[in-house]
Amino acid sequence: MDRFSWTNGLLEINETLVIQQRGVRLYDGDDKAKMDVGVALLSTHRLIWRDNKNHECCIAMPLSQILFFEEQAGGIGKSAKIVIHLHPTPPNKEPGPYQQSKYSYIKLSFKEHGQIEFYRRLTEEMTKKRWENTPVSQPIPTGTGLQAGRTRAVGIVGIERKIEEKRKETDKNISEAFEDLSKLMVKAKEMVELSKSIANKIKEKQGDITEDETIRFKSYLLSMGIADPVTRETHGSGTHYHMQLAKQLGDMLQAPLELLSPEDLVNACKMFESLKLPLRLRVFDSGVMVVQLQSHSEEEMIASALDNVSDKGSLTAEEFAKLLGLSVLLSKERLLLAEKMGHLCRDDSVEGLRFYPNLF
Amino acid sequence: MSFEWPWQYNFPPFFTLQPNADTRQKQLEAWCSLALSYCRHHKLYTLDVMEAQESPMFNNKKIERKLSMEAIQIVFEELRKKGNLEWLDKNKLRCLVMWRRPEEWGKLIYQWVSKNGMVNSVFTLYELSNGDDTQGEEFHGLEEWMLLRSLQALQTDGRAEIISMDDGKGVKFF
Repeated sequence: MDRFSWTNGLLEINETLVIQQRGVRLYDGDDKAKMDVGVALLSTHRLIWRDNKNHECCIAMPLSQILFFEEQAGGIGKSAKIVIHLHPTPPNKEPGPYQQSKYSYIKLSFKEHGQIEFYRRLTEEMTKKRWENTPVSQPIPTGTGLQAGRTRAVGIVGIERKIEEKRKETDKNISEAFEDLSKLMVKAKEMVELSKSIANKIKEKQGDITEDETIRFKSYLLSMGIADPVTRETHGSGTHYHMQLAKQLGDMLQAPLELLSPEDLVNACKMFESLKLPLRLRVFDSGVMVVQLQSHSEEEMIASALDNVSDKGSLTAEEFAKLLGLSVLLSKERLLLAEKMGHLCRDDSVEGLRFYPNLF
Repeated sequence: MSFEWPWQYNFPPFFTLQPNADTRQKQLEAWCSLALSYCRHHKLYTLDVMEAQESPMFNNKKIERKLSMEAIQIVFEELRKKGNLEWLDKNKLRCLVMWRRPEEWGKLIYQWVSKNGMVNSVFTLYELSNGDDTQGEEFHGLEEWMLLRSLQALQTDGRAEIISMDDGKGVKFF
């Protein structure tokens, strides 16, 4: 257990979560570790464990520490376990829960099952060794200087890290909202609750909206980049509306950073669809990119879906995804939309779901 | 002459019940048409639903597609609404297929009778459906139940009368 280091639990750039499993207890060799039951997480780079009750108690070790591992079947009253044998501790290891240990192996005990899948994924990651291709930065050490493990501090990764840090310094709400979708959902939920309560109050005419609620509402809007909502109704149409709109866009684009890099703007625009905003980023063959309304995009998508399917005779969602470089989910949505509009029809058999041009 | 399959028969989506309402409408019409022409070609007057599912009518082995039982029932319901099908049991396992409606048969039979100057003659049902004289006529081989319905239609029109004879039924044409 002395191979683990304390961590804040956040994944680094290039590190992806592979699987997580709750109900895992750690063992230092054959002895129960001093922690309670928690969540075991496997990423492309590390093995992480986090206490259920106290989320601050989070530890991790790089996968490169693992020498080999094996399954230990459960029995009556005994949970299934994975036994992980480890390399000796490297000299520059960050402090962790155990200063030293007489064991060079640990166990993960799966009290709520999940051992089979976790073992499978661990095997996969240990075979692929993805951490070797995309090294992540080590956490900024408190005492020691640059470590041997910190590769490629310069170059693109370095620049990316600088942008990352700069973004963290500024308006936390917007950067959190874009980086952590779940936090955005929470904010959105709060906002929905507030909107509902305001709407109800207006409906029941139970007095004015309190100043407190107004301030809260405005602060939410601000955090989403809307300083003062401008609508056609309040400002009329025509050039005045466009001026106000342009000003609002200008304000939005200027915050949170003084300058918004093209990459940030493009990356933000790429998220329109997943954030369910009615805008889409469209890339032309020439490389030119435009932002357009979703409805416009839908017609184009349907037309292009029909072209693709006609061209190949028939397509499954997976084949379509590969053709377009999209996720299977998104490409299936497009095919279904084209079917709804009557351009495609389906062939559902044991071979799978396949779409054809609607020749009926 | 072998049966000519419509183009849809070799189009895999034809065998999947389409979720799009407009597409489904066209699909069902094509299935109704296929079912009726198949039965007409093979002179099938009754169908056993389980057998039908395995028969070439609903099962195209070449493209490895067959219509599901659910879809077959929907096609049959369409045919029933159009008056081309009648269930023989309440479990909907056997049905009568009328690829020609009784009125249409009646007309054909009457045409043959009058063409041969046999109006006012009496025929047994058997003579009509299986007699040597009717060989080559479309209604030759017509099953009795269908023949009877056809004659009933003529009867309603006043062009025939069904009479009971010693060993069965007969008909007189007017």
